Amino acid sequence: MEHHAPTTDEILGLTFNLSNVLMITIASAIVFILAVVATRSLAMRPTGLQNFIEWVMDFVKGLIGSTMDWQTGGRFLFLGMTLLMYIFVSNMLGLPFAITFDHNLWWKSPTADPTITLTLATMVVVLTHYYGVKMKGAKEYGKGFFTPMKFLFPFKLIEEFSNTLTLGLRLYGNIFAGEILLGLLAGLGAAGIGGALGAFLPMLAWQGFSIFVGTIQAFIFVMLTMVYMAHKVADDH
Amino acid sequence: MFNSLILGAGFNTGDILYQLFAFIVLLALLKKFAWGPLMGIMKDREQHIANEIESAEKNRKEAEAYLNEQREEMKRVRQEAQTMLENQKQMADQKGQEMIEAARLEAERLKEAASADIARERETAVASLREQVASLSVMIASKVVEKELDERSQQKLIDDYLYQAGGQK
Repeated sequence: MEHHAPTTDEILGLTFNLSNVLMITIASAIVFILAVVATRSLAMRPTGLQNFIEWVMDFVKGLIGSTMDWQTGGRFLFLGMTLLMYIFVSNMLGLPFAITFDHNLWWKSPTADPTITLTLATMVVVLTHYYGVKMKGAKEYGKGFFTPMKFLFPFKLIEEFSNTLTLGLRLYGNIFAGEILLGLLAGLGAAGIGGALGAFLPMLAWQGFSIFVGTIQAFIFVMLTMVYMAHKVADDH
Repeated sequence: MFNSLILGAGFNTGDILYQLFAFIVLLALLKKFAWGPLMGIMKDREQHIANEIESAEKNRKEAEAYLNEQREEMKRVRQEAQTMLENQKQMADQKGQEMIEAARLEAERLKEAASADIARERETAVASLREQVASLSVMIASKVVEKELDERSQQKLIDDYLYQAGGQK
C-alpha cells in the first residue's frame, strides 16, 4: 500500500513526476481523439458523437451566456470546452483502477495532484487578468481593484490569490479524496474473501459517486473560470 | 502513505510546465481540428435554419395572398354567375311574357276574324232570306191576285169597260 510518485532527478533544474506527465499526455490524447472523432464527419443533421460534442458546445455556451454577454464571452468558448473535457476526462481516468509499478503510483487522475490543478487554476486566473487588461484597458483594469470602495483594495488583492487557491484545491481535494477512498476500498477488497464481499457494495457506490463528483467538479471549474473572467472583462460588475 | 501527493511534498516544477504546455497544445490542436469545424457547422446550421424559417414565412405569406386572391376571384365569379342567372331568368320571364302576349293577340285576332266572318255570313244569309221572302211573297201575291182577278175582277173590269163605253156615248 506504500505508494510513491515516480519522480525524476533534476533535469535542467526541473523535477518531473513521470506519472503526471504520463497521465496528462493520456488525458490530452483521449480528449483530442474524442473531439476529433466526434467532429470528423460533420453534417447539417448531426448524428451520434456529433450530437454529443454539439451538446458540450451548447452547454459551455450556456455557461458563458449565464455570466457575460456573448459579444465578450464568445472568445472563451474554446477555452471552456477544452477545460471542461480535459478536466472531466482527467477526473474519470483515476476511477476504474490505479496502477502501481515497483511501489510507484503510475495510473491515477492527473487532477488528483495539486500541482496540476493549481497550474490550471493559475493559468485561468492569469488569463482573466490578461483579458481584463486587453479588453478594458490597463486603466479600467486597475480601477477594478478600487471599486466600489478604495479601502477594499487589499481584499481585492487577496481575493485574486484565494480564487486561484480555491479553484485549484477544490478540484484536487474532491478527486484526491475520491481516489484515496477507492484505494482503501480496493485494499480492503484485496485483503481476503470477507473483505472482497464487504468492499464490493461500497466500492460500487463510491465509484458511482466519484463519477458524479468528477462531472460536477469539471462543471464547477469551467463555471468559475467564466465567473472570474466575467468579473474582469464585463462592463457591469 | 500518499505523502508524496500532499501539497508541498510533491511540488514538481516540471509538471507545471508540462501541464501548461500540454494544455496549450491541446487547446491549439482542438481549435484547429475540432472546435473550429464544429463551430462552423453549427453556424451554418443556424444560418440554414434562419433561412428556412424566412423562406417558410415568405411562402406562407405568398400562399395567404394567393388564397385571398382566389377567394376574391371566387366571390367575383359567384357574383357574376348570380347576375348571369338573374339576367337569364329575367330574359326568360320577359320572353314568356312576350309569348303569352303574342298568343293572346293572336287569339284576339282570330276571335275577331271569326266574329267578322260570322257577321258577314249572317248578313248574306239575312240578305238571301230577304230576297227569297220577297220573291216568295210576290209569288204568293201573284197567286192570290191571279185567283181573285179571275172572277170578280174580270167582272168589274168588264163592268168598268162597259160603263166607260156607255158613258162615252
